[in-house]
Amino acid sequence: MSTIFIDNKQYEVKAGKNLLEACLGVGIDLPYFCWHPALGSVGACRQCAVKVFRDENDTQGRLVMSCMEGIRDGLHLSVNDKTAKAFRSQVIEWLMTNHPHDCPVCDEGGSCHLQDMTVMTGHDYRRYHFKKRTYTNQYLGPFIHHEMNRCIQCYRCVRYYHEYAGGKDLNVFAAHNHVYFGRERDGVLESPFSGNLVEVCPTGVFTDKTLREHYTRKWDLTTAPSVCHHCAVGCNTIAGERYGQLRCITNRYNSQVNGYFLCDRGRFGYEFVNSENRITQPIIRNQAVEAVDETSLLEHLRTLLTNHTVIGIGSPRASMESNIALMQLVGRENFYQGISDNEVFVERRIEEVMQSGVIKAASLQDIQHSDAIVILGEDIWNTAPVMALAVRQGVMKTAAQHALENRAIAEWHDAAVKEIVQQEKGFLANCTIGASPLDEISSSIIHKAPEDLARLGFAIAQRLNTVLPAVQLNDEMSTQAAIIAAALQKAKRPVIISGAGLYNEALIRAAFDIAAACKATATEVHLAYVMPECNSMGLAMMQASGFENAVLRASRAKNVAAIVLENDLYRNMPAQITDVFFNNCQHCIVLDSLNNATTQHADVLIPAASFAEGDGTLVNYEGRAQRFYQVFVPANKNMQESWKWLMKMRLIQSGAAIDKPCHPEEVLMMGEQLLPQLKGISTAAPRRDFRVNGQALPREPHRYSGRTAMLANLAVSEPKPKQDGDSPFTFTMEGYSGMPPSPLIPFFWSPGWNSIQAVNKYQEEPGGSLKNEHAGKLLFEYKRDATPVYFKDIPEAFVVRTDKWLLLPQYEIFGSEELSVYSKGISERSPAAYIAMSALDADQMSLVNGSLITVKIFEQLYELPVRIHANIPKGVVLMPSGLPGVPAMAWNSWVQIISIKL
Amino acid sequence: MERPLTQYIHPGCPPFDLREYEMTGGYSALRKALGSMSPEEVQRLVQESGLKGRGGAGFNTGMKWSFVPMGENAPHPKYLVANADEMEPGTFKDRLLLEGNPHQLIEGMILAAYAIQADISYIFLRWAYKKAAQLLRKSIHEAYAAGLLGKNILGSGFSLEMHLHTGVGRYMCGEETALLNALEGKRATPRAKPPFPQISGLYGKPTIVNNVETLCNLPHIVNNGAAWFKSLGNGSADSGTKLYGVSGKVNNPGCWELPMGVTVRELIEEHAGGMKNGYQLKGFLPGGASTDFMTIEHLDVKMDFASVAAAGSRLGTGTMVVMDDATCPVGFVHNLQHFFAQESCGWCTPCREGLPWVEKMLLSLEHGTGTMEDVELLQMHTQWLGPGNTFCALAPGAMEPLQSALKYFKEDFERHVTMHRCPYHNGG
Amino acid sequence: MITQKINKDNVATSGSTAHYTTGLQEEQYLTDLERQAIDHEIALVPYKSAAVIEALKIVQHHRRWISDESVNAIAAYLQMSPAEVDSVATFYNLIFRKPVGRHVILVCDSISCYVMKYGDIYKALQEKLHIKFGETTSDQCYTLLPNCCLGCCDHAPALMIDNDLYKDVTIAMLDRILQKYT
Repeated sequence: MSTIFIDNKQYEVKAGKNLLEACLGVGIDLPYFCWHPALGSVGACRQCAVKVFRDENDTQGRLVMSCMEGIRDGLHLSVNDKTAKAFRSQVIEWLMTNHPHDCPVCDEGGSCHLQDMTVMTGHDYRRYHFKKRTYTNQYLGPFIHHEMNRCIQCYRCVRYYHEYAGGKDLNVFAAHNHVYFGRERDGVLESPFSGNLVEVCPTGVFTDKTLREHYTRKWDLTTAPSVCHHCAVGCNTIAGERYGQLRCITNRYNSQVNGYFLCDRGRFGYEFVNSENRITQPIIRNQAVEAVDETSLLEHLRTLLTNHTVIGIGSPRASMESNIALMQLVGRENFYQGISDNEVFVERRIEEVMQSGVIKAASLQDIQHSDAIVILGEDIWNTAPVMALAVRQGVMKTAAQHALENRAIAEWHDAAVKEIVQQEKGFLANCTIGASPLDEISSSIIHKAPEDLARLGFAIAQRLNTVLPAVQLNDEMSTQAAIIAAALQKAKRPVIISGAGLYNEALIRAAFDIAAACKATATEVHLAYVMPECNSMGLAMMQASGFENAVLRASRAKNVAAIVLENDLYRNMPAQITDVFFNNCQHCIVLDSLNNATTQHADVLIPAASFAEGDGTLVNYEGRAQRFYQVFVPANKNMQESWKWLMKMRLIQSGAAIDKPCHPEEVLMMGEQLLPQLKGISTAAPRRDFRVNGQALPREPHRYSGRTAMLANLAVSEPKPKQDGDSPFTFTMEGYSGMPPSPLIPFFWSPGWNSIQAVNKYQEEPGGSLKNEHAGKLLFEYKRDATPVYFKDIPEAFVVRTDKWLLLPQYEIFGSEELSVYSKGISERSPAAYIAMSALDADQMSLVNGSLITVKIFEQLYELPVRIHANIPKGVVLMPSGLPGVPAMAWNSWVQIISIKL
Repeated sequence: MERPLTQYIHPGCPPFDLREYEMTGGYSALRKALGSMSPEEVQRLVQESGLKGRGGAGFNTGMKWSFVPMGENAPHPKYLVANADEMEPGTFKDRLLLEGNPHQLIEGMILAAYAIQADISYIFLRWAYKKAAQLLRKSIHEAYAAGLLGKNILGSGFSLEMHLHTGVGRYMCGEETALLNALEGKRATPRAKPPFPQISGLYGKPTIVNNVETLCNLPHIVNNGAAWFKSLGNGSADSGTKLYGVSGKVNNPGCWELPMGVTVRELIEEHAGGMKNGYQLKGFLPGGASTDFMTIEHLDVKMDFASVAAAGSRLGTGTMVVMDDATCPVGFVHNLQHFFAQESCGWCTPCREGLPWVEKMLLSLEHGTGTMEDVELLQMHTQWLGPGNTFCALAPGAMEPLQSALKYFKEDFERHVTMHRCPYHNGG
Repeated sequence: MITQKINKDNVATSGSTAHYTTGLQEEQYLTDLERQAIDHEIALVPYKSAAVIEALKIVQHHRRWISDESVNAIAAYLQMSPAEVDSVATFYNLIFRKPVGRHVILVCDSISCYVMKYGDIYKALQEKLHIKFGETTSDQCYTLLPNCCLGCCDHAPALMIDNDLYKDVTIAMLDRILQKYT
């Protein structure tokens, strides 16, 4: 800590930071543009000027940019100095010489950092009376709208997109007051992290194009803290609604998980909530009037549930509450995971490893701070994109730390750090099936078949701990194993990443063995297993058997009524198997939010609330239970959380009356009783009766407009505000207007800070943890002293077969995830089906890119265009997983190529 | 009068090749340094000689070198860069040295590189100096062939590579850190200091950037010693000779090597032959476009760093632009501000946004549509675009002629407002 | 058995692999001469992208200006993205990103030439060539551009055509100068 004096007041601030961070950290409003806590300082905008004095006797002082000046013990500075204030106001006047006065029609208006900073400096009347310069805007794809005239040239976009996120197609062009930020020509922004431009840009140059389709000002949104449902990372988000429509997703800062950034699937995938494909009405099929109300539905279910053997099919994308409620309803022995046995087997292993507590789960923050990373088998760029972004930061930060050793350059001095670093990188071994954008920052790039990757993993572990059995590898792989092992041996904070993506259990074991072997030399070892869906880990923790067992059960028992919870089984299982299941079930009750192949088989179809219309808890890949909150009450009362439906079904099944509502905590507590491994899950968020000074927390900002008028077209009298018994929130602007505890932040706002940059005010220090941060509940307990038990059983090497290819999934960030493809933009970015293979294989068959081949998979024929990749191992073919309209494939089976059209 | 830098430069004659250069004592300083001096001794000698950077900043060259990490643990490669990107409007002195005696520069560079133990050197030459490029290429080739460059120079164990890099425009490249970015193949935006290039320069490695004229002095200092060099300054506080130039409506515009501290009067009246017939001296920029105006009251000021500073300007490059009484000061300053606004790299707000505003106001005044408020706003900009407020020295440099024009020629600005036209045009 | 057809007409181009176009076509765009010259520059720098300004100069030397295709080709050759190359290309005023004529006339408009009335020379050139700054004659012979200080202020006004510097230029000299360039 250092002591500094700001306007003669003494403050204790953290050494090693800069003056801007110090001022913001102690709560002083100091305007800035080019600085960003995740990007560091470059001193370009000159907005954060303060006066610095030689000593307490110096009255002159000199103007400095606070972001470029390090903290020195005893330093005197003034924010309120007349010259400093005047200069800051002058900087705004300069920026305003060209900035259009289009705030009323600008999407950024009301949540604009430039507006906030302008007001903060006090600049009002313009003295510039010449023409403003104007630009041509670009088409940047379905997610981002471009309006260059508003640009204030802070360079944050290019620093974020190009340098931080590694995007190649956005840059700064030209010079002097003509500098232009965009692509080299019109076109879709390639980076899957482009959406963050919306928040990184301090004004309205890059705005959310999907929000534009149904625009609402920030102050008019009803918002709630949410958790992204589009992969297993569990990024914290804020979801906003108006007029019963979900309008946008913004980032909800959290130092442990996603920090400042989301991926485009997470940010723009929300539109399935507004989809026309939503299930809106309870339906009982095969009767004269199929659509029924709640009472008749429950009456119908009463008979069904009491007269049959009821089994439950759980879901990796449904909340813990819903899965627990289902298990509770059907009984533990009648609950099945709605995923294949293969997947269950792999995930069970993952859960077991994490449960053992030998190795700590890697949070994204741990990954960012690691000094060596090994990825074994998982295509995280596509399956856990924000983790890939964290890996990139880990690699960059390690290089920076290395470069700054023995040099008097501060970490925040971004350009200087980059100059020293040049093209150095921290250690990353990317060992996967095929090429990934991560390869470009990888020290070791290995693309092999899953078994060979697992063998490599065991070989690495063996080199770290020679007691382990040796693995026979060829020279190339052997060298790679030695290189990776050597890097891990030097590392103090290594992270090993693997996952369930290839359905290969040996990879899970190998990754564990590496991590366990690292324990001897490292200070801290972390392990991350990427799971396929947002609640895959939670479902795995329920330790139920897989879907094939349910199929078997249904074919043996006579009178099975199955309840399928938010799960399109046709996506997880070849249709042949799923069809058998539905044929053998006497009744099928399906709860879901969107119509799909599975809902078509429902005798009883029940509309489920989406994440925006309900509360729930998800367990992310690291075993972190996080609560998401209902954003709004849908006009359609039938859309209820699945767990609410299931709890009602439980009551009617036992003949009890549905007299009092049930709440998430109760369901979670029930889960804790049922499954001891879930202990603590009910404490993932504050209780529903949590209040601040006796007040609940408003979902709407105090400037929310139209409350008394927005429904006047329906009824003149103001409707009674909706009540929320499930959470500490109100559905209005009434309630506690101060800063809520971290899991309960519905929006970031602070006086004078209307943009997302208000997050500074919620943090302990800029870029640090939120005040009293409570980042969910980690369900896996780390046992520091637990002795690792190595797996050792090494799989046989992959052998290429003649005329047969091993079929493996290729994940697509846009397209492979079920719900997000209902968003127009995501669907636009999603590829058409293809089959990818090695250039070696393709050459042998004289195939070129785009050649059509017919493959036989599980007795089905598919005709697909070929994509040739130099990096895919020979003997393997990849098909995109989970694209809409593409049936589930039998991954890891051997397929034949039947015919070729060149 | 000694003219060490230009004694063998004869305008109109081709420059010395390697043989001729060596016959007249060329590379003897290099042989002396490599044979009998340690790098530290060369550094000390140059520091003692009082040689100050001739690019405009006037910092002690030996001192500048002393911040380069030396010894076994120093990062390598280290770089030496000759800044031959002479782009300051009104400046044409380095061209004389580049075209007149390229080997002198190369020898100076090898000496500087030896002093800081650099491994690789670059000449960053402005694109327009086509002839110089040709000559330098030939001379570097000769030097390599003679073992004066490359591995183990003259058997000393010291090695140095030398490359010629020609620019593609942009005044910014003259700023040493922007120059380094350009050499790295990047946009020539400046870098924040610290870290200084001595610590983190080209490709993040220790680097010295010296001006051509500065480097050309080195062989002579090594040959003749610090005392000799100091004695060259004609009673001035500064050592050595200086290349001075005069352009504008004078009878004999040109560039001359003269003892440091020659007076303005001597320069204009003797060397430049006085003002052209019919023109009076109204003011002059003593050292390029980014120096403050001086006027007839400063004719007896000595052209050395301290004296020009005391008169409220800067010696800068020492090449003077003369403004006569028929040239409109507002138009003159507008031309300068247009240049600076165009050459702003676009990195920092005050420069990128402030200079175009300044330029527009000056044009408006020149067209007779300006107001007294514009004059006040111009004044205001000269304060806000000062040193420290902007990222680099470009905008503060741009403000120097403007602030002094507003000081010395205020009534000219006011007449543009009151007459609603430029008094220097249309018979004004 | 049934054959399912999955969007066969549409070979996907978006998604995760968009970065990995080989750029083969772009590489073939450069001539051997250009590639040799660029290779020479690459050998002098620590990594390929550091040679981008040299590469731009080389290609411009051979083709007069840098087209979008040239940007793509240089990008592919130096393992950069087109945006990265163009960011550098558009920064420097003597990299021409629009077509220029066979000869580029650079008129010095800086201070010494201003004092020595470069404006008269520009006006005369405008009348002779019927083009303004930034324009090219219809026969593609000349492009007229303003340029800052050419470093021969003692011989102002000055102009440069291609590699040739003209000092102490007078209106009377212009015809003779222009005649040399066809």
